[in-house]
Amino acid sequence: MGNFRFHQYQVVGRALPTATDEQPKIYRMKLWATNEVRAKSKFWYFLRKLKKVKKSHGQILAINEIFEKKPTTIKNYGIWVRYQSRTGYHNMYKEYRDTTLNGAVEQMYDEMASRHRVRAPCIQIIKTATVHSKLCKRENTKQFHDSTIKFPLTHHKIRPPTRKLKTTYKASRPNTFV
Amino acid sequence: MVNYGPSYGKLVVIVDVIDQNRALVDSPDMVRGAMNFKRLSLTDLKVDIPRMPKKNQLAAAIESADVYNKWANSSWGRKLIVQKKRASLNDFERFKVMVARVKRGALVKRELAKLKKEKA
Repeated sequence: MGNFRFHQYQVVGRALPTATDEQPKIYRMKLWATNEVRAKSKFWYFLRKLKKVKKSHGQILAINEIFEKKPTTIKNYGIWVRYQSRTGYHNMYKEYRDTTLNGAVEQMYDEMASRHRVRAPCIQIIKTATVHSKLCKRENTKQFHDSTIKFPLTHHKIRPPTRKLKTTYKASRPNTFV
Repeated sequence: MVNYGPSYGKLVVIVDVIDQNRALVDSPDMVRGAMNFKRLSLTDLKVDIPRMPKKNQLAAAIESADVYNKWANSSWGRKLIVQKKRASLNDFERFKVMVARVKRGALVKRELAKLKKEKA
């Protein structure tokens, strides 16, 4: 809902046509990057690892940003990640509940940074998918699959509605019930 | 009710719960979106809806629960209206308010003096 650090791009590219290969195969990748320039760079990084093509003898045919089709519904996102830790590469599967895929990806980056101290450049997103609630694996997301969900907001601190109204001292202790 | 940020004072309906900190929130005049619970204060008003209602279902339910009228008549709602009015007064209006308060104070004091004289 708004400002995302990571945008999803669809990048389409191919090797440049040569005398031997008039119609080289066109490849499309969906990836996450902070901007289009970085998306194109990442595209070549991944494509180099998969096919024998480099940016110097390739061309990008299209790059489009992909937006969430239905940002008003809540979905469970499963994200498969490959990340580099201090000791080596590992794979991980993480689940997030969010309204948009970009939001879930951003949650993932934040969580990897906090829980595993992995910075964004060391994370590769292998795959993402919306997971049906029946197929979710993590208890943390499954606990919200309740149509009659109820939970109290324990210790609900009410903030002053604007920073201008903030005061260091208050006459009475706040009421944090609900 | 939204208690922080640019939508302060707005009445929204919690339509679904995303996770522990966020709810999907909707109102007839806004696009349905996520909001942190920290920005919301629960009011007593309840709207009878299934979990993810369509926009017109939501509008109809709000109509039948008469939310906006009940809010404007509740003490919390009235306080907010007064706050807004006070914040939007211009200088002349503030002068008028001052004159009215002085007049009211004078009336009260007059009655009090009368009662005191009767007592004495």
